[in-house]
Parts: sequence; C-alpha cells; structure tokens
Amino acid sequence: MLPTVAVVQRGFASGLGSLRDAFAQPGARNALILTLAVAALTALINVVMGTTIAYVLVRYRFPGRAALSTLVDIPFAIPTLVTGVMLVALYGPSSPIGGWLSSHGVHIVYQRAGILLALLFVTLPLVVRTVQPVLLELDLAEEEAARVLGATRWTTFRRVVLPAIRPGITAGGLLTFARSLGEFGSVVVVSGNILNHTLTAPVFISQLIGGFKTEDAAAFATLLFALSFVIVLITERLTRRSVTP
Amino acid sequence: MSARVDRTPTLSPLTRRRLVHGGLIAVAALYVGALVLAPLIGIAWAAISAGWATWRETLTAPDTLHAYLLTAIITVITVIVTTVFGVIVAIVLTRDHFPGKSAVSALVNLPFAVSPVIVGLMAVLLFGLGGWFQPWFSAHGIQILFALPSMILVTLFICLPFTIREVAPVLQELGTQEEEAAKTLGGSAFQTFRRVTLPNIRWALLYGIALSAARSIGEIGAVLVVSGSTTGQTETAPIYILRQFDQSHDAEAYIVALTLAFASIVLLAGIEFFKHRSETRRSR
Repeated sequence: MLPTVAVVQRGFASGLGSLRDAFAQPGARNALILTLAVAALTALINVVMGTTIAYVLVRYRFPGRAALSTLVDIPFAIPTLVTGVMLVALYGPSSPIGGWLSSHGVHIVYQRAGILLALLFVTLPLVVRTVQPVLLELDLAEEEAARVLGATRWTTFRRVVLPAIRPGITAGGLLTFARSLGEFGSVVVVSGNILNHTLTAPVFISQLIGGFKTEDAAAFATLLFALSFVIVLITERLTRRSVTP
Repeated sequence: MSARVDRTPTLSPLTRRRLVHGGLIAVAALYVGALVLAPLIGIAWAAISAGWATWRETLTAPDTLHAYLLTAIITVITVIVTTVFGVIVAIVLTRDHFPGKSAVSALVNLPFAVSPVIVGLMAVLLFGLGGWFQPWFSAHGIQILFALPSMILVTLFICLPFTIREVAPVLQELGTQEEEAAKTLGGSAFQTFRRVTLPNIRWALLYGIALSAARSIGEIGAVLVVSGSTTGQTETAPIYILRQFDQSHDAEAYIVALTLAFASIVLLAGIEFFKHRSETRRSR
C-alpha cells in the first residue's frame, strides 16, 4: 500500500512539466480560485460554528443534547453523493422550499451557495470533534478562578479557554480546508459543474480524466496534492503539540 | 454601545446567564438542524412521495440490484482487508521504532486529506495505458482498470486510515506492560495478540471498521474515475444514483440515495455505540 504512494509521487513528477499546459485548459484558473475561496470560507464558518457547537455540547446540559451530538456525527456516515442529492431534493427547483426560495430570488442549487452548503455539511464534524476532547479535559477550576477574580464571561473565554483550545481549532480548520479542496461526491451533484462559474478543481480533474487528458489532469492534481500534503503535515505537528504541551 | 450599558443593570445576572446559555444552545441547534436535519427530511419526503410503484420498480430492476451487489462486494472486501492491515500497521507504528517512522505516519493520514479524484487518477496513471504496471498485467491478461480490481484498490486506499487512526492511539495508551507479562508467562506472539492485545483494542477497532464501511459504501470520486461506470457491470450504487440524476430520473435517484442514507445511519448507530463503549473502556 505505502510503496504505491511513493511510486505515484514520482509519476506525478513527470506531469509537473505540463502544469502550464494544464492551466491553458479553459476554466482551469477559475476552477482553482473557486475551490480555494469556497474551501477557505467553509473553514472559516466551521471554525466559528464548530467551536460554538463543541462548547455547547461540553459545557451545557439541556434536553436533546444527545440528539444534537448524533446529528453532528451524521455527515461522517452519509455518503457524500447522497449529501448532494439531499440538498437538491430540499432546495432544488422541483421542491416546495426550492420553488419558494427561487421565486424570492434566492438560488442555491447549481449555484456557488450550493457548493458552500454541501461543504459545510460534509465537514461539520471535523472542528467539533477536534475541539471537544480538549474542552472536556480542560480544568473548570481555571475558568472559575478567572470569574472569581472579576473577569466577565467573555473575557474568561477569550483569555482562559481560547488559548487552550486554539491548536484544536486550527487543526480542525485546516482539516476542513483540506477536505473541502478535495470534495467531489456532494459537489458534483449540487454545483451543476458550470464552466467558469461552479466548476470546482476536483470535478475539473475528473472531467480531464474522462476526456483522456491524463497528463493535464496529473499536472493539475499535483498542485492540489501538494497543498493537501502540506496541510496534513501541519495538522500532524499541531495535534502532536496539543497532546504534549 | 451606550444603550447596552444602560440596559444591563436592569437584568439580573441569573437572567443574563440564562439568556447567553439559551442563545448559544439555540444557535448550535438551529445551525445543525438547518444544515443536517432539514436535508435528511427533504430526501425522505422526496423519496416517499415518489410512490409505492416507483419504489418497487426501482428496487427490483436488475441494474439497481447489480449496483447494490457491487457496492456490497467492494465494502465487504474493503472491511476485511483494512481490518487486517490496519491492525498490523497500527501495531508496527506504535510498537516498533525505525527510521522514517513519522514520515510513514504522515503517509497513513494522507488518503484522509487527498481528493478521492486524485486517488483515482493515481490508479489510472499506474494501471492505465502507458502506466507503470500496465504492460505486466496486460501481458498476463488481467484487467485492472475499468474493472473490479481497481475499484477495490482505490476504496482500500481511501479506507485504510480509518482503522489505523482509531486503533493506534489506544495501543499507544495501553503501553506494553500487559503484553510483556503475557510473553514472560510463556505466551506465543499470536497468543499474546489474541488474548491480550485484541480484547483491549476491540471497541476502537469496531469503530474504525464501521467508519471504513460507511466510507466504502459511499465512495464515488475515486471509483468513478477508475470504473469506466458501465451500467450493469462496473456501476456501484453511488454511480447509479449519479447516472439516474444526470438523466433526470430524480425519483429513482432519491429512492436509492435514501436507502444508502438509511444503511449509513444504521451503521452510525453502531459507530455511536462502539465509540461509547470504547470511551468508557478508555476512561476506566
């Protein structure tokens, strides 16, 4: 298994020369920019919402907490293609909600908003599940000390809790970004794959392969591959540091 | 700003605290509800409203059955292989020391972050026309690409990290004391594994297996690239959904998508159960 990776990496090296050719393909540049932008936005929203959800799950007791926790894990289990189909079923032109939204000028399916929704769905557990264990281990006494010393709740969160969970948040955010860069199944259904508008890099690569432009696909894939690899290395570092502070 | 300062003293600290609590819980619940629950209800409604006749027609069509069967075959093989190799790799990574170990550990996590489309492309480059292994296999008359072997291969590649990522931390935490005791008492390496190591990693392993099964049921990016997606031959259940969708047969796509989602949610219930067992075990 592992030698395969080594061999393939060399296979990619030969494709590197044709990177310029790959970018000469129509829509290549826009596909890459769209993918990077929407992945960054997904990571940003996930960092804020994921941290909030993790905090609520760990610190508060309320009816339905177990159900909320289960819902957060659902995207891990549901096939990504099914995610895309679900979004079309809910927001597509033939559904009541989709029809109502589009009559009010809001279009989600086959638009960039649909890509964002799909990515948010697929990557929901990543930040929650990296922040949650750190929060669980955090000593409540520290927070109470800060409160006793007169800090407001927000100051306590910012100065005591946040520094402790920051590595977890960053690792989760980076994983979200990497996962969003490569996501195919959900995006291919929901985006409509319109050239220069909603065509993402992974879908673009699969279209190149389908058109037997393997060389260009390899060159383009090398870029994405290198990005993901660097991100994985950084997250490895971060999670290791957070384990042994 | 000044308005807020004026208003705060009128609220008691307890009320304010409840407002913050309630507000945060509402934000989390509404976000998850709108993002995850609403689409689930949407697809269930869309599939059920397709009507009983369409359901029966779809679920008894030979293409559908073949797609289910193919996905089941790939999933079973993937689960068996990733379980065996996952445990071996996890043991090697946590018990042995060798140069380049951290590099191997990073490589193990790589399929987790790399686009499945790129994984498929790797297989095309290796086994396709002009690929490294293509001459040997075609000389022996073995069809890899656009056939079952390559579809299993890419799914394996993508699912391998799940078992390792679950089992390795547990092995790390266990330490080697118990295993050494078993060996000192005369247990063979296999006996030690079966009687000491395996019971300790059992729940983490099952959790990893459930995750990798869920992933292999739903894998599309890599499989689509290598399969050639010939209907009735190399068409898995997800590829079937995609084809029906492209041909505007929405009802069929919704029905099969709902069955896959249902299977995955049953698996998820297993995942939650195993995880819970694994966590209570670890905290003990």
